Amino acid sequence: MTDLSIIMDITRTHLSSRLKQSVIAALGVTFGIGSYIILVSFMTGLNVMLDGLVLNRTPHIHIYNEITPSEIQPIDRVEDWTETFNVVRSVKPKESIERIHNALPLMTSLRKDERVRGVTSWASARVFYLAGSNQLTGMVNGIEALEEVKLFNFGDYIVEGSPADLVKNNNGILLGAGVAKKLSLGLGDKIQLSTVAGGILPLKIVGIYQSGLADVDNVQSFVNLTTAQQLNGEGSNYITDINVKLFDMEEAPVMARQISKDHDITAKDIQDANAQFETGSQIRNLITYAVSITLLIVAGFGIYNILNMFIYEKMNDIAILKATGFSGGDVRSIFISQALIIGILGGILGLIVGFFVSVLISHTPFETEALPTIKTYPVNFDGAYYIIGMTFALLSTFLAGYLPARKAQYIDPVDIIRGQ
Amino acid sequence: MNKEKVLEARHINKYFTEPVRFHMLKDIDFNVNRGEFVSIMGKSGCGKSTLLYILSTMDTAYEGELDLNGRKLTGLSAEELAYVRNKEIGFVFQFHYLLPEFTVLENVMLPGRKLAVKSRQEVEHDAMEKLKLLEIEQLALKHASRISGGEKQRVAIARALINEPSIIMGDEPTGNLDSRNADIVFSIFRELCTTKNLSMLIVTHDLDFAEKTDRIIEMADGSIINHGHQEPFNYS
Repeated sequence: MTDLSIIMDITRTHLSSRLKQSVIAALGVTFGIGSYIILVSFMTGLNVMLDGLVLNRTPHIHIYNEITPSEIQPIDRVEDWTETFNVVRSVKPKESIERIHNALPLMTSLRKDERVRGVTSWASARVFYLAGSNQLTGMVNGIEALEEVKLFNFGDYIVEGSPADLVKNNNGILLGAGVAKKLSLGLGDKIQLSTVAGGILPLKIVGIYQSGLADVDNVQSFVNLTTAQQLNGEGSNYITDINVKLFDMEEAPVMARQISKDHDITAKDIQDANAQFETGSQIRNLITYAVSITLLIVAGFGIYNILNMFIYEKMNDIAILKATGFSGGDVRSIFISQALIIGILGGILGLIVGFFVSVLISHTPFETEALPTIKTYPVNFDGAYYIIGMTFALLSTFLAGYLPARKAQYIDPVDIIRGQ
Repeated sequence: MNKEKVLEARHINKYFTEPVRFHMLKDIDFNVNRGEFVSIMGKSGCGKSTLLYILSTMDTAYEGELDLNGRKLTGLSAEELAYVRNKEIGFVFQFHYLLPEFTVLENVMLPGRKLAVKSRQEVEHDAMEKLKLLEIEQLALKHASRISGGEKQRVAIARALINEPSIIMGDEPTGNLDSRNADIVFSIFRELCTTKNLSMLIVTHDLDFAEKTDRIIEMADGSIINHGHQEPFNYS
């Protein structure tokens, strides 16, 4: 077995004797890996943020009462007519209550389910916002603010004030940013809500809610659950929506169907509602990897070229090494280790450069109306990408080095010596 | 002195197939004894270099048999032949062939470190001894590309000696040297022959050089036409 130290000595001498070329080859790898890290960090950061925008605040299962006409009309229940073709014209939904029937027992049973991370309940009411002489139509949702913060990152959308202030103050309201702007209201101001039934309730603004979607911010506000129930003149069992968050999002469709069947109620799952977001993330990942792999292949060709040229220059050395007893395998190891050293140094430098540029990007201001809580560009610093990057670097340099090294392995020293 | 055979070639034939099939070496049959200084002469193209590459195990595409120290080399794997070259054969070329980026000392140490039976310090010590033997120890730390042709050839000889081989083969080792340096190289070879009982097999064009050796093998058109006078075996 050949002493590895001699192989490494020859490798080191070869590399340092053409430092410039070696550095350029390594910089090719640095460029490839650095770009990969920057791209993947930025892209996945963006993905996580965009997914978060939708997925974090969307319940995995949303349970509510949808007003729809009955599927089964009275005539369908008459046995004599089952064989006939019945047409009922102008079917209208019957008057029904908006609240979920037996909401509290349903919530209790959901909370007991081991797949469920948490459950929150809403009581919604249509209202007019009154301030001065202005009236705006809108919607207030009674919520359990702290639960919402815990399960659906509700706190991220409160741009002024805080959800905790709402909990402390039963006459508080988190006003939609659009409403506040239209009515020229701010934190601490008073606003009156008028219900459809005619009641009027004065409330104090303890926070401003901004989701980033103008249609929502122009209409919606949040109050405590009890305040909303009171607004509707109903008791504590008046709940219009139940939001369920699961431990595993993938279980949502099955569970939603089950709830819908068992309780005769509408239960919408998140995949149903947001299928397109998954597709968007996948395509962004695909682009990231396509670009990164292209960059690495280019770097790989650079290494291949330089080593190939180098082996031509070193024909004499190869012949001497072989004539003095180095085997083809030793010669191959010498050139592969050169490629790997270029790969390791270039790769590590690429990771460092990638990391620092990512840090730079993550500190670059990025402010937009649509995303109130985002102040800088989102960047994902997942260590797994650094491991993938290094693996890429080693793999591509190994392949780029292997082919020329194999050629060196089979060089016939007699040809070289004779050729002189 | 006991005349045992170091190198023995039996009925070696070599064909080139490019551009046309050509019978390059025809039934080469000879041997080299321990401590014998043999030169091979012949015109260009007579096949003497081709023969040397076969004898040095670098060329394996031949017919016939080759023995070194009584061991058959024909048919060994490339790996085993590399080991034999490393340990048993010292090689000196016409064009020096040192690794230019390494120092003289490192060049001499290379085959020793490849063999790896001795520690690095021991190999370094041996290498210095060889350089002293050839009176070039002052060059040890110079880069191989920074020394003169005659010095390079002496470094190459030191490198050939590092693993204490049984035979030294040379392909026109003085072909590129002036007569003064050629004389120095010859006297080194002669000295190694007598003091270390090393065998020498040197391909040369230089008649002056060849006439001073123990035996001249003459080649022409791929055959040996004159074996020279070899001292008979002493079986006593």
